[in-house]
Amino acid sequence: MECVFGLVGDGFALVAADTSAVHSILVHKSNEDKVMILDSHKLLGASGEAGDRVQFTEYIQKNVHLYEFRNGIPLTTAAAANFTRGELATALRKNPYSVNILLAGYDKDIGPSLYYIDYISTLHKVDKGAFGYGSYFCLSMMDRHYHSGMSVEEAIKLVDQCIMEIRSRLVVAPPNFVIKIVDKDGAREYAWRESIKDTAEVSAA
Amino acid sequence: MVGKNCFAIASDRRLGVNLQTVATDFQRIYKIHDKLYIGLSGLATDAQTLYQRLIFRHKLYQLREERDMKPPTFASLVSAILYEKRFGPYFCQPVIAGLDDDDVPFICTMDCLGAKELAKDFVVSGTASESLYGVCESMYKPNMEPEELFETISQALLSSVDRDCLSGWGGHVLLVTPTEVQEKTLKGRMD
Repeated sequence: MECVFGLVGDGFALVAADTSAVHSILVHKSNEDKVMILDSHKLLGASGEAGDRVQFTEYIQKNVHLYEFRNGIPLTTAAAANFTRGELATALRKNPYSVNILLAGYDKDIGPSLYYIDYISTLHKVDKGAFGYGSYFCLSMMDRHYHSGMSVEEAIKLVDQCIMEIRSRLVVAPPNFVIKIVDKDGAREYAWRESIKDTAEVSAA
Repeated sequence: MVGKNCFAIASDRRLGVNLQTVATDFQRIYKIHDKLYIGLSGLATDAQTLYQRLIFRHKLYQLREERDMKPPTFASLVSAILYEKRFGPYFCQPVIAGLDDDDVPFICTMDCLGAKELAKDFVVSGTASESLYGVCESMYKPNMEPEELFETISQALLSSVDRDCLSGWGGHVLLVTPTEVQEKTLKGRMD
């Protein structure tokens, strides 16, 4: 029931993901951040088996940082996407990771881009993408309302429409979502959309 | 498809996961060198991995031999690489098209284990292959000029993918003659 979706707008790209960590019928937590900030100008939204997700995305993040330390310049989004795909492809026929990834980034001379990498390492550059059961609703909403060169306000409105659709139509809909954005000023958290807040810590009596 | 001193290679543009369409601009035909193209149908990830391996091998060949690989040689290379993985294959069916010595067109197809199938007229692969065989058989004529060949292959592609739910969303046609390469995108039924 995990949903990750993203789209490219005018000078920015954004990735939204649900924030529930689920084990069979139990929801462990509803504020799990599944969109990792890879480096200053890249976002990695991942969905799939929990252990693989955290392990693989951290591995990619550390390798992206290592490249920047060694070479003094950061990887381009396309290079990071191809590196991620290569790692998934190499592991595919040995001990595969089941993680679906949407990699969004901003490069100075190329602008914003979004890469769809599924769990069997199919790589494709897209304008809009989605994973999970939520994708059935998000992709249709985006097909209808998306156009290239959307402003941030229009894009967030579309993201909210997608979230509304998931919440109302998906049987075990995740209650909370996180939205992160990347543009020329960097990658950062944009907003949370919470309908269930975790209760505050109860102090020991 | 083979024409008079030219060939055309065409593919659809759908990238899908079972019933869900993910993208409608997926590139399935790859260039190896100016006179050699390979189209890879089947599992997208294996097509991408296989293409990267083939480009790697061809670049090494270019460095060693100081020339481009001939199409029949390349076809044998693809066949060998696929058979290497006999008990854990790449799930792709390649279609190879190129201009051999003296610009004689060469086409061949293979199954996912590398069984080569040479042909003098046309070769097909993919989920709509049965449809494609039928349509190509009826529409094909030998020694077509480039314009007629382009028209024929486009009609053949569009009619076959219209009958297959897993193919479609437009077409991509490359027409290669000894002097130039024409690349065109077809608009078909977008469903």
